[in-house]
Amino acid sequence: MIEKALIKRTSKSYWAWVLFLIALIAVGFAAYLYQMTQGFTVTGMSRDISWGMYIGHLTFFVGVAAGGVMIVLPYYLHNVKEFGRITVVGEFLAIPAVIMALLFVVVDIGSPMKLFNVYIYATPHSMLFWDSVVLPCYLLLNLVVGYSVLQAENKGLHYKKWVKALALVSIPFAFSIHIVTAFLYSGLPSRHYFLTAMLPAKFLASAFATGPSLIILICFLLKKLCGFDAGWNAIKKLSVIIAYAYTATIFMVGCEFFTAFYSNVPSHKAALQYLFFGLHGHNQFVPFMIVFVICVVFALFLLIPRQNRENPVKLGFACALVFLSMYIEKGLTFIIGGLSETPFGEIASYHMTAVEFLIIVGIFAIGILIATILFKLVVVVKKDRDPGAYVPEDRAGLALKLTTEKGMFVDTVARDKDREDEDE
Amino acid sequence: MEKMSRRKFLKLGTLCAAGVSAAAIGASSVASAATTATTGTYQKNVKRLKGTAMGMVIDMREIDSEKIAELQKVCHAFHNVPNVPNEKDEVKWIWAEKYVNLFAGETTERLAEKFADKDFVALCNHCESPVCVRVCPTKATFTNDQGIVLMDMHRCIGCRNCMAACPYGARSFNFVNPRDYLDEVNYAYPTRMKGVVEKCNFCAERVAVGQLPLCVEAAGGAISFGDLNDPESKVSKLIAENFTLQRKINLGTKPKVYYII
Ligand code: SF4
Ligand code: SF4
Ligand code: SF4
Repeated sequence: MIEKALIKRTSKSYWAWVLFLIALIAVGFAAYLYQMTQGFTVTGMSRDISWGMYIGHLTFFVGVAAGGVMIVLPYYLHNVKEFGRITVVGEFLAIPAVIMALLFVVVDIGSPMKLFNVYIYATPHSMLFWDSVVLPCYLLLNLVVGYSVLQAENKGLHYKKWVKALALVSIPFAFSIHIVTAFLYSGLPSRHYFLTAMLPAKFLASAFATGPSLIILICFLLKKLCGFDAGWNAIKKLSVIIAYAYTATIFMVGCEFFTAFYSNVPSHKAALQYLFFGLHGHNQFVPFMIVFVICVVFALFLLIPRQNRENPVKLGFACALVFLSMYIEKGLTFIIGGLSETPFGEIASYHMTAVEFLIIVGIFAIGILIATILFKLVVVVKKDRDPGAYVPEDRAGLALKLTTEKGMFVDTVARDKDREDEDE
Repeated sequence: MEKMSRRKFLKLGTLCAAGVSAAAIGASSVASAATTATTGTYQKNVKRLKGTAMGMVIDMREIDSEKIAELQKVCHAFHNVPNVPNEKDEVKWIWAEKYVNLFAGETTERLAEKFADKDFVALCNHCESPVCVRVCPTKATFTNDQGIVLMDMHRCIGCRNCMAACPYGARSFNFVNPRDYLDEVNYAYPTRMKGVVEKCNFCAERVAVGQLPLCVEAAGGAISFGDLNDPESKVSKLIAENFTLQRKINLGTKPKVYYII
């Protein structure tokens, strides 16, 4: 089936895009080789800030991977039929996200040739060990489930019972990857920004906003590029999930502010002060946090009132804002903020280097390349087997026109209903 | 650990040698050398310093900045600790830290400058409940039977989880190739490669042969070393008789370095 992704219905622009990504990967790989020959001195990390952008990105992409479960869970557990067409999008999103997360671990490791010591000398009291167990398991589950479901569809069959069983197993795994990643930080006794029982909950909530936001954005993109229609009802349902999860996340961020500033305990305030206002003259993250706050205000405004949320253009903006704000909060600033106060009561600064940037770009390119291939596969299979997912050309043009000019969205789900009932 | 792998290695050597001699190539000398090594009996190391909770008492009344610099020189020279000029990439096992920094969050608010800025000796606390050991995914950091927190540099993958976890800033990562920054190599102690973490090892290699740690010797009586579980040891007596401080005791790590103020 995989050949469908590579040769069927490919266009020049598809290959140009793939080549462009491969070029970025090559640049990133060169930067990685440079880091390995020179040592980590070429990164912004130091004796004080011992984890930097890599581990931040690991955290964020574990969240993206876990977020896919917000489609899988309602579909398999609550039988939310609208998600039927895009569960595979959720599962396939998790694959590049976990691969990226794992790559961010690998590039962060000082002696990668000894990486497998983690398994050879398995250490159950280490959270990093558990992270390296659950992440590959989750990756494998999503690969098997996503691929089997799509293959069944490709053959015009219903997927087998064991596939559903595995999909159910993958649900607790999705939660566990992010919980374990949170435990990695929240169990450290002297890092006050990390040391909070709220962390796993906050991570999960933000993942359930970020993952579905990205899925909606991907659906919009697939519609625009290939005419694949996820179904407006599915998108609407997802947007409700995003609205709740995002509000919960922001509420928890607010709670952190209250606890730190009302209690007035200096070490609890330090990280927030450093990130949001600057502390002891270190304020390189303040502009990021200003952007974060602006994103939050606009995203909440676009998500909470129903009429905003149900407008595709506004929803698209809201999703982009959710994704960007959580990327800043979790991916860029969380780790550095937590480590900024050294054990000696001083603030250490961190400046990302070009090498780190290029390596990160390379890993993004790997993730996007995998996503491109997987989603191409989805689109091609669906085109062959699920014609309901495509509005006929003229209607598609009209729909696009209506969407862009009048903010309307043409629903195709009603038409598909009979077909889905047949499946039962 | 090291002994185990050495024994395995020798056993393997015996097997190979046996195979070789069975093939009558006449490697008898190799075979006999290896055989003696494995058939010899293990004897208890009687020379080793005794104790189940090795700790340190540092009398800060007798140590000034120059002394600390001297201690650092002795320790770093013996243990091949690189002298990296770039502060970001620094590696240090024992160093000077101001009182306000060493006891950050536990000092008084309007402390006179002469106390606040006084240099104190900073090193790994060899905690009884060490966070670094708890978080290490490979057991490269471990506690030995004497309560000394040790590192296996061959096993360390350089994930730096232990650095984020240690509440005392005791650990350094080799951001550069440390061998490029050694003035002189001491062949009695291994050098390291880039990409691994290291820290003070309480001179376990000296404790094993009945010697006191180098910094203890160099301090000329201002630093004492011994078993905190033994009420008759010098460290226990010093703690019983003097006012002492430990760093960040509220974190439950149970540090084993005490400071007499
Ligand atoms: S001081 Fe730090 S490195 Fe040393 S044993 Fe305690 S936690 Fe581990
Ligand atoms: S850097 Fe080495 S010693 Fe530290 S936690 Fe990782 S493997 Fe263990
Ligand atoms: S105990 Fe040994 S290794 Fe530790 S600081 Fe002193 S001399 Fe260095």
